[in-house]
Amino acid sequence: MSPVYIARTSEVAARLLGSEMMIMSARDSTLFSLNETATAIWQAANGVTPLSEIVERSLCAQFDVDPAAALRDAEELVEGLAKHGILKLSDQPIVETK
Amino acid sequence: MGPAIAQDVLVEIGAMPVLVRTISPEFHQILHERYGGFVNSSAQPVFEFEVEIVPPGSIPTAIGDDEDLSVRFEVGRWVLERGDFHAELDPSLRHGRIWQSATPYAIDAAFRIVHSLLLARQGGLLVHAASVVRNGRAFLFAGVSGAGKTTISRLAPQDATLLTDEISYIRREADGYVAYGTPFAGELAKPGENVRAPLAALYLLAQGPENRIDPVADADALRAVLQCVLFFAHDSELVGHVFDSACHLVQHVPVRRLTFVPNSRVWELIV
Repeated sequence: MSPVYIARTSEVAARLLGSEMMIMSARDSTLFSLNETATAIWQAANGVTPLSEIVERSLCAQFDVDPAAALRDAEELVEGLAKHGILKLSDQPIVETK
Repeated sequence: MGPAIAQDVLVEIGAMPVLVRTISPEFHQILHERYGGFVNSSAQPVFEFEVEIVPPGSIPTAIGDDEDLSVRFEVGRWVLERGDFHAELDPSLRHGRIWQSATPYAIDAAFRIVHSLLLARQGGLLVHAASVVRNGRAFLFAGVSGAGKTTISRLAPQDATLLTDEISYIRREADGYVAYGTPFAGELAKPGENVRAPLAALYLLAQGPENRIDPVADADALRAVLQCVLFFAHDSELVGHVFDSACHLVQHVPVRRLTFVPNSRVWELIV
């Protein structure tokens, strides 16, 4: 199975309030909030770290979660965020071009 | 008949003077009646409007009377349209032109939109909220239509100064947030006082069986505040600014839920 790379899209504004990451789509003003584990994935979405490594480093190391279940949940989460246009997914590292 | 003479009215809301130029004596009179307490002829305008009064039905708008407001950015200018007016604003020249009939409603809407656009880059917000000054400090009472903005304004004690019962104007300044009076009236049909005061708290209005104040988590405060922010433009950069401003506001101004029975004793809690 090929690795999944994730990157935050540029058309969002995000702020951490308490333990929730609040994200607003600048495209349609939809507001999203992420819980602690989803926030950890969001913050690590740099385009070059595979999702499996993010889960291992950011979730399994910090939270008491089963690695396989955590990866499944993470894949579901990032697909959902990608559908809303606030995260980009790729099977190749995502390098921003200016 | 001689040449028409343009007359200027300088309307200053939230320390942002906007000049309105018209050759219509009737509309000039309307402006003075509507914005009397906010006219400041000596201010330096940050934006200028030329208003062309046209008969109803002749307004060059692409949308119908029953359609919502449209605010879009096209070829370097903002285009504002509603059934009763068409406006084109050039932000680089800080100049705009409005075609409308001789009523105060269109210019009122244009003012709200222009101020929301200008404020977005300055950390300020227009909020669906009543606001009141008491003992030198301003309090905002935010809520969607029917939440009780006009009710809480009506119940305010005599020592309180009403800034607005409908649209509050807040700006981030060097020492913190400041609330300004606005002429934008709700059911009270009465403009606010043209005064300013440091913002002490923002209350999210709810009506209930008792008067009480409850804490609100920052994330919940942000959701509620964003629901009440007036912003019309679908522009990524400005939406980002508004989001950042709302986040900053809820982190720097106490936001509480105010549940109240409609009687004046609720004001005993507002200190």
